Amino acid sequence: MIVQPEGIFYQMLTVENIPNLVEEHLVKGRPVDKLMYVPSKGKPPIPKLSDIAFFSKQRLVVLKNRGLIDPEKIDEYIARDGYQALAKALTSMDSEQVIEQVKGSGLRGRGGAGFSTGLKWELTRKSSGNGKYIICNADEGDPGAFMDRSIIESDPHSVLEGMVIGAYAIGAAEGCIYIREEYPLATKRLHIAIDQAREYGLLGEDILGSGFSFDITVHRGAGAFVCGEETSLIGSLQGQTPEPRIRPPFPAQSGLWGKPTNINNVETWANIPTIINRGAEWFASIGTESSKGTKVFSVVGKVNNTGLVEVPMGMTMREIVFDIGGGIPGGKKFKAVQTGGPSGGCIPESLVDLPIDYERLMEVGSIMGSGGLIVMDEETCMVDVARYFLDFLRSESCGKCTTCREGIAAMHDIVADICNGKGEPENIGLLEELAEAIKDASLCALGGTAPNPVLSTLRYFRDEYDAHIKDKKCPAGVCRALISYRIDPEKCKGCMLCGKHCPEKAIGGEPKGPQTIDLEKCIKCGVCRESCKFEAVLIE
Amino acid sequence: MMAKLKPEDLSRIAEKMRRQTLLREGAGRAKVTVHMGTCGISAGARKIMTTLLGLIDQQQVQDVILTTSGCAGLCSREPMMTVEIKDKAPVKYVDLDEKKTLTIFTDHVLGGEIVTDFALGMGSERVS
Repeated sequence: MIVQPEGIFYQMLTVENIPNLVEEHLVKGRPVDKLMYVPSKGKPPIPKLSDIAFFSKQRLVVLKNRGLIDPEKIDEYIARDGYQALAKALTSMDSEQVIEQVKGSGLRGRGGAGFSTGLKWELTRKSSGNGKYIICNADEGDPGAFMDRSIIESDPHSVLEGMVIGAYAIGAAEGCIYIREEYPLATKRLHIAIDQAREYGLLGEDILGSGFSFDITVHRGAGAFVCGEETSLIGSLQGQTPEPRIRPPFPAQSGLWGKPTNINNVETWANIPTIINRGAEWFASIGTESSKGTKVFSVVGKVNNTGLVEVPMGMTMREIVFDIGGGIPGGKKFKAVQTGGPSGGCIPESLVDLPIDYERLMEVGSIMGSGGLIVMDEETCMVDVARYFLDFLRSESCGKCTTCREGIAAMHDIVADICNGKGEPENIGLLEELAEAIKDASLCALGGTAPNPVLSTLRYFRDEYDAHIKDKKCPAGVCRALISYRIDPEKCKGCMLCGKHCPEKAIGGEPKGPQTIDLEKCIKCGVCRESCKFEAVLIE
Repeated sequence: MMAKLKPEDLSRIAEKMRRQTLLREGAGRAKVTVHMGTCGISAGARKIMTTLLGLIDQQQVQDVILTTSGCAGLCSREPMMTVEIKDKAPVKYVDLDEKKTLTIFTDHVLGGEIVTDFALGMGSERVS
């Protein structure tokens, strides 16, 4: 007998066992160990996935088929109710009813901005003009983010099905998927999925015999971060330089080739089939007041369980980092979590009980973003983090707006100076002034949000900036110009392992005696610290 | 060229697939799924797949379905695979290499004994 949803197997049951089992497991939720399936030889039973926090705290809507189907076989998708939502929409709903469902579900754009998906569809639908387009934005560019790649790789048909339903609702005959060249496996699986869907008549002319026709083409982007911005993406699709343009007109009025165009992100599209299948009310029952459904996050950084997780909106950061993520490796102290990629911000430990939704993240100076979630521990320098994102953004700025092109570079140079021990107290004011100018005078979200990593680290980690500027110290021990390595003679056992690994031969001393580092030769690479088994190498 | 589907064909395909892939309905004795997203492949999932293909070929195993799927979510423990024996809960194995794969194939896939040392857990994830 199997008890779902835990998937617990009971074996060799007799009628007498049943009352106890019902009482204990079904009523009280306590599985009955002595009746459970146990591998022979008396080995302890292995845990159930539902007892492992990494899995048990997740709720799979978008990732419902992960690990369960072969993404290259359409029949396996169909076997798990695939394309049922499309059939339902085409045979029993008109386009307005579909839009009503999506609006009623409360689904908001999963690319980061969080605009109501149903409203966006409605605006494009109501736009006058024929030859409307829909676009799937798979130009996932945030460092450390891989939600969209994984959705496409494990369940490409969920995205296609969402797009066909969207096209039907909006009245579009053509769809494009804009995917970055760095995602070859996802691209391959998309092509296979599209071919199979065409063979079945789930794409192309007269879909499912309904009279509705729609097809999808795949376009590869060269991996410029700015192409994730919708007007740049449209420019790139048209073969132009991918530079953002002024909105309005919004793509819903004038998008690809001047036609009304609806752009949604991969995860947004992948939510659609379940919303149509289960209904708006069901979807809206998950999440918080303002943010409905689930969100997929890629959890990376200084955390034990890195991976792709899907959680209901409203879960706290603490649950994600400590329960699902399993906490910080090596007994280190948690410092912050960075969300929203280069446009986002850092959430400090004091706010770790914050329930995650669009508004609350905004209130604390970060954003939902596309779902990258980088965990940082006490050995992460927040000034260095700000420098890293500025470095990323200055090379990804398209250069159209002066404030973004020159302003980010200027902010980067100031922050890099601070990391190098050349910071001055007046730098902070200048950074804040530049941040305002960049936000005010940049056209698109890349520039508009570029100062966020600096502003949020200044907001919560001002003491680290002060330590760099006034004391010329890096408290996390990261910024090389501000640290030096020293061997604690008390702890050193004279094993000489550090000296063996030192690339500069900067460590000397007698065997079994305390070793010393020649600071003239030391390049502060940290290899000695990593190789020491006695934690005798200190950073000062 | 396959025939274009009508809405009612979807349930027919679904039914056919369930019969083919669900072990309890008699398609095979065991199903082994190697998780092959970009993350799994970079961690070495192709080697696991090759090892399994070799074992099945070499031992002329007829009743084991070998298949692939996407990422199972836990990047830090890849490569991963799931072994499902007829009428038993699926078991997820993590941190695989060729040697572990051989053990799991011999002991669990062929012998029916879960290799507890390499197993992460059993059962399925909660799907809404």
